[in-house]
Amino acid sequence: MIMSDMSDGTSFFLKNVRLVDPAHGLDEDGDLQVEQGRVVSYGSIALPKDGRIPVLDGTGCIVTPGLVDVHAHFREPGFEYKETIETGSRSAVAGGFTSVCVMANTDPVNDHPGVTLDIIRKAQDIGLCRVFPIGAVSLGLKGETLTEMGALTQAGCVGFSDDGYPVKTSRLLRRALEYSAIFKRPVIDHCEDRDLSDGGVMNEGWVATELGLRGIPNASEEVIVARDLEVLKTTNGRLHVAHLSTAGGVRLLREAKKRHLNVTAETCPHYFALTDEAVRCHHADAKMNPPLRSEEDRLAIIEGLRDGTIDMIATDHAPHAPFEKEREFDQAPFGIIGLETALSLGLVLVQEGVLDLGTLLYLMSVRPARVFGLPRGEIRPGGLADLVVFEPTGFMEAGVPEFRSRSRNSPFRGRKLPGRIRMTFVGGRKVFDCGEGKR
Amino acid sequence: MNDSLRTSNLLTIGDLSPEEMEGIFRTADSFLDLSSRTVKKVPSLRGKTLVNLFYEPSTRTRTSFEIAAKRLSADVINISTSQSSVVKGESLLDTVLTIEALGADGVVIRHPSSGVPEWISRRVQCHVINAGDGLHEHPTQALLDLYTIQKRKGRLEGLTVAIVGDILHSRVARSNILAMTRMGIAVRLVGPPTLIPKYLGDWKVDVFHDLREGVRNCDVVMTLRLQLERATASFIPSLKEYAKLYGISPAVLKEAHPDVLVLHPGPINRGIEIQDEESFREHSGILDQVHFGVGIRMAVLYLLMAGGSKGE
Repeated sequence: MIMSDMSDGTSFFLKNVRLVDPAHGLDEDGDLQVEQGRVVSYGSIALPKDGRIPVLDGTGCIVTPGLVDVHAHFREPGFEYKETIETGSRSAVAGGFTSVCVMANTDPVNDHPGVTLDIIRKAQDIGLCRVFPIGAVSLGLKGETLTEMGALTQAGCVGFSDDGYPVKTSRLLRRALEYSAIFKRPVIDHCEDRDLSDGGVMNEGWVATELGLRGIPNASEEVIVARDLEVLKTTNGRLHVAHLSTAGGVRLLREAKKRHLNVTAETCPHYFALTDEAVRCHHADAKMNPPLRSEEDRLAIIEGLRDGTIDMIATDHAPHAPFEKEREFDQAPFGIIGLETALSLGLVLVQEGVLDLGTLLYLMSVRPARVFGLPRGEIRPGGLADLVVFEPTGFMEAGVPEFRSRSRNSPFRGRKLPGRIRMTFVGGRKVFDCGEGKR
Repeated sequence: MNDSLRTSNLLTIGDLSPEEMEGIFRTADSFLDLSSRTVKKVPSLRGKTLVNLFYEPSTRTRTSFEIAAKRLSADVINISTSQSSVVKGESLLDTVLTIEALGADGVVIRHPSSGVPEWISRRVQCHVINAGDGLHEHPTQALLDLYTIQKRKGRLEGLTVAIVGDILHSRVARSNILAMTRMGIAVRLVGPPTLIPKYLGDWKVDVFHDLREGVRNCDVVMTLRLQLERATASFIPSLKEYAKLYGISPAVLKEAHPDVLVLHPGPINRGIEIQDEESFREHSGILDQVHFGVGIRMAVLYLLMAGGSKGE
């Protein structure tokens, strides 16, 4: 595929490719020229004859703005045995992601600008995907004292979340929404009434009854979504609902948007790809929080993506080491990795005809970048060359030979999925090529 | 008579067909004849090692398995968590792999986490027998319950059984619901809504919240042990109110079939789930359950592990 080597490393000519940019309804065949990290021209353009930039052949491929994930856990600092900023970045670019927001539940918690700056500096040194830290809402995620959101914003935090935990009290949520409005940054909530979850480890339903596992009812999510929306109404803040999983949650969001509340929401691929039936055979690799729900919920999530109630698809990429997952189901930690399977799982919806390709790519790049104010690729002259090239009719076998992530806790491992990422570019620089070795 | 099992592990009642359960009962019959002899041992499992790995306190189940294995001439090792390397922080998987490497032919496992026996069985070669996992299943208990009912009632098909109490947290109830419905027994679940699963899916059961209504004309009343901490977790307001609403007493039993059989998996909280048992002792099958339990476990161990004909 590679016709010649890069020259300055941020310029290339990609020929015979399908160009898709959902930001302006672009979907046409042609070529794309990138120079010094920016799109110069696209469409039916002449191949530069002087040979000064490398020419790549995109036959059979789509080029589109790089994917943007607003919800990942890179685990560094503190849990480097699960993932590092480096392995997380490798996983991201292998999955077509060019910008990734990383959650604050590290050790130390990202509740101090020193931690934020450290993450950003490391990510820049690694130089694969763009990494945007999310700061904690409360010091130590304890749900008591607000973090210094001003200092965190200045250091580079793009939002605030106690993810892993819900914002503990309605009062703290109110203050966080009010205060974060100064910096125009969203508060991201993991919506779960822990008291109602009562030690549950999977979805409350027939499968849980049969397996004898404690259930987490849908109401656990819905109660806190409802609380958050009512609190939001009293503030000028922005609320972003993380990993929506229930039909009731979608209904509440839909109503809130009709009321023009300043709220956005994400769901994750596993909530539209799987149901709690997966817990039967995948064990702890099918354990995450919120849990995989019923078929009715799965269909409601897809409907929410179709009608715009759910703004975006995020991965909630949550690596855990094999020894943590390879144990008693109720003792294993919640979470699965997702960066390397997200696009393929979305393409399943496109294949099934429930989502068109433009909508899927919009939900995975344009919309999350806009909501979180992140840089994104654009196929137009002068557009940032954060791009992914993938083969929609190709296939990948998840986790084979091995995920780029340091962990491998995925219920999709070994599954043949549609779509194959060929190359990922950040600022015109090739950061992933499927033809090259793992590392 | 070929009563062999298709499965090499006993993880759930779902592993057994009705014919296989009947085969276990027939095998138990022949082993129970043995217990009336002076020499109570047969050499069927001579040279085999069985490990009882118990992560929860247990007297009757562990002892029952131990006696059963010893009557079959197996070597039995008991490991309980308080005296093993588990207290040094060894993972369950490492413990089980170590036990297998030491040469165990079978592991009888009890664990507070649902699904552990099944998970373990996919990682070891030796036989795995579930002696109770979390809220999930306790298959040998269900087998001995059915066997007791068959012995006392002469049949299983067509009977009506009321299972009373904390169904939600009961592995005994789960295994019995599966086993009983497979054998043609009509199953009723009786208890407060807080202690009955909300999603009953494929279970062919009738649910009652009123005890007298629930036991009306039943052939068997099986009452479950109530974990005393359920009251503090607000599943019930108090033990006193539970005893009043769901305790089995002579007055309640008047509603049932005149020849009703009362079962309890033990250990009993007297005065809570069972009151004045002395006055209906002739209806109680509780000690039969314990007695027959040894025969059932001998049958299960033999059919899973003997790997040859009984007289070898």
